[in-house]
Amino acid sequence: MWQRIRTLIIKELLAIWRDPHSRLILIIPPTIQMLVFSFAATQEVKNVRMAVLNQDLGTAARDLVARFEGSSNFTYIEHLGSVEQIADVIDSRSVMMVVHIQPDFSRKVAEGIPAPVQLILDGRRSNAAQIVAGYAGDIVNRYAMELLDPRRTQPLASVVVARIWFNPNLEGTWNSVPALVAILTTLMGLVLTSLSVARERELGTFEQLLVSPLSPYEIILGKTLPSLLIGVGEATLMVLVGVIAFRVPMHGSILLLYASMVVYLFAVIGVGLFVSSLAKTQQQAILGGFVFMVPAMLLSGFASPIENMPDWLQWVTLANPIRYFIVIVKGIFLKDLPTSIVLQNIWPMAVIGSITLSSAAWLFRHRVE
Amino acid sequence: MSTNSRGSVAWLRRVVGLVRKEFLQIRRDPSSYLIAGVLPLLLLFIFGFGVTLDLRRVPIGIVIEQSTPEANSLLDSFRNSRYFKVQMARHREQVEDDLVAGRLKGVVVLASDFAERLGRGETAPVQVLVDGSDPNTAGLVMNYAQGVWGNWLEQEALSQADLAAGRNLAPPVYVEQRFWFNPEIRSQNFLIPGSIAIIMSLIGTLLTALVVAREWERGTIEALMTTPVGVSEFLLGKLIPYFLMGMFAMCVAASTAIFMFQVPFRGSIPALLIVSSAFLYAMLPLGLVISTLTKNQFAASQTALIAAFLPAFELSGFIFEIDAMPLAIRLITYLLPARYFVAVLQTLFLAGDVMSVLVPSTLALVAFGTALLTLLVRKTRMRLE
Repeated sequence: MWQRIRTLIIKELLAIWRDPHSRLILIIPPTIQMLVFSFAATQEVKNVRMAVLNQDLGTAARDLVARFEGSSNFTYIEHLGSVEQIADVIDSRSVMMVVHIQPDFSRKVAEGIPAPVQLILDGRRSNAAQIVAGYAGDIVNRYAMELLDPRRTQPLASVVVARIWFNPNLEGTWNSVPALVAILTTLMGLVLTSLSVARERELGTFEQLLVSPLSPYEIILGKTLPSLLIGVGEATLMVLVGVIAFRVPMHGSILLLYASMVVYLFAVIGVGLFVSSLAKTQQQAILGGFVFMVPAMLLSGFASPIENMPDWLQWVTLANPIRYFIVIVKGIFLKDLPTSIVLQNIWPMAVIGSITLSSAAWLFRHRVE
Repeated sequence: MSTNSRGSVAWLRRVVGLVRKEFLQIRRDPSSYLIAGVLPLLLLFIFGFGVTLDLRRVPIGIVIEQSTPEANSLLDSFRNSRYFKVQMARHREQVEDDLVAGRLKGVVVLASDFAERLGRGETAPVQVLVDGSDPNTAGLVMNYAQGVWGNWLEQEALSQADLAAGRNLAPPVYVEQRFWFNPEIRSQNFLIPGSIAIIMSLIGTLLTALVVAREWERGTIEALMTTPVGVSEFLLGKLIPYFLMGMFAMCVAASTAIFMFQVPFRGSIPALLIVSSAFLYAMLPLGLVISTLTKNQFAASQTALIAAFLPAFELSGFIFEIDAMPLAIRLITYLLPARYFVAVLQTLFLAGDVMSVLVPSTLALVAFGTALLTLLVRKTRMRLE
């Protein structure tokens, strides 16, 4: 039996490797994605473009504008001449924020009347705009503190001391690289399996497999193991790129990472086999793979946190294997995740895997006969 | 003149014939209308419900080492905040594990001497620990925790006049924020229009990428070559039906966004139709180029995914800020049709017909489409090599 499965595995690997398209797809795109997307997939806000409309001739206003100019968060500051220009620069998206200082600003500051600084923000990008408003708020508050200083007699009543664990500088790539390792592993595992059966069916070689002495279970194993091997290989490549090129720290245990990767790939390959045993053509298999892949990716916590979703959708994500794998990969990279927590995330994947694999096997037998 | 007009009539008849053939094929194979009808709806639902950046009751832990009136009133402030779901603990060990496991996104620690220091007029620190492995949430949790703490401080000072004595609470300069176009700061208002651009990138490319590759695989393209059909008829015969299907998908997506997800639409319908046509004019040839180059459905679908969907998702500015990317990647984004479409859709939905956004973006899309079509006409050979 093992002899037969081994032959089938070799045949599968050869079939993938001999096809120049599949060969390119296995190597080039994941590497490019890793190099381009890990820089891109961050919600950091840097290099912000802003504008200032200063209608006040006093020194206080000039001081405040100088502080914005000196801040490293804003790389480009445009100076406006009139209120009408605010709409132009915001509407055309050439700046994200306009700081508007009214004519009586310096007079109010001098007289000790609270003086407003107006921020106009582009709500089309409200997430980034909120962060930018935070930067601006810091600058204005620090300026306000300094104005207060001579008058202050007592220390502050309380302060907030923030500590950021696991990623002290809030590096975007430390978040995106581990997540991409998980996403790309999924993509490879899923696409390879779901297409291998569908392609054989379309080419008619599947019947040849069926008349061979292989049992349906042997065929399934022969289709599963090559994808597993390739998936683990791809993941290794990406982990190496992450650690070497992006200098993402690897604090946790490699052994745990590989153990959970194997469990995870079984779950994903199960989905792929399930899809391909339902599909009659390659196109249907591709679409089926998509219908699983895109929601699974979006609802994995990669694009936006799961806690933000409505409750019923959070329940749905419990059936999403990527969700657990991202926690494990990120945790092992950044947090040295304890074994007990890794296990808590492995068992749901094992359950999902055994369900998808066994229903794929069932479908396989019934559709084949 | 007569031969010329007869020629063009025949040309037109061939195009119409091909378009009809394509429609018949679309009707018989469910996968095409799955792509144009079901996929956009499914994706829009997932984007609409699943992708949101508005913090909604983030789970945090609060460690109160010694229960005092001050500590409890700060705890109440956190409990009453609509941003946090609070779990109370006496010792930090009780919640630190949850922070590592990701079950909590932050921990607020009030040390045992918090009230004492506050009473003595010393600075009493409030420690906030956040999980940096998710930088966006970490930043927002810090900001919101600071906000809750600030409000609490004001409240306390008002209720305890002695604490406020000698402390000037009204700052000499303060910030007034105004979010244009989206005053309630609902992230879905810009994420949903953006996601329409992502969905349409996928659909536009996938529709045409798969069909031509299929014809190559099945050998039906050779049957076409034996007919008088030339390159222009062949391309038009493919582009017209899928353009119509793409516009149908666009209408489904836009009306779902407006009626179901209640995203305001402040632009005009003609502007939306013009820009959507320009976008499809850029994306459909991309699918054809992919399938002409790969001639294989597996490779075509993979390339469509990698050349259209993933870049649209990650580099279009839909969720990740383009300005924050390194320069080389920022330059790449100019080559992405989705980048322009995201900007236009966000503007049309939230701001209105802003010509300084619409015109350059539409021109960029048309230029992109024309370049691809030229490449396509050069690359398509209606004969076997």
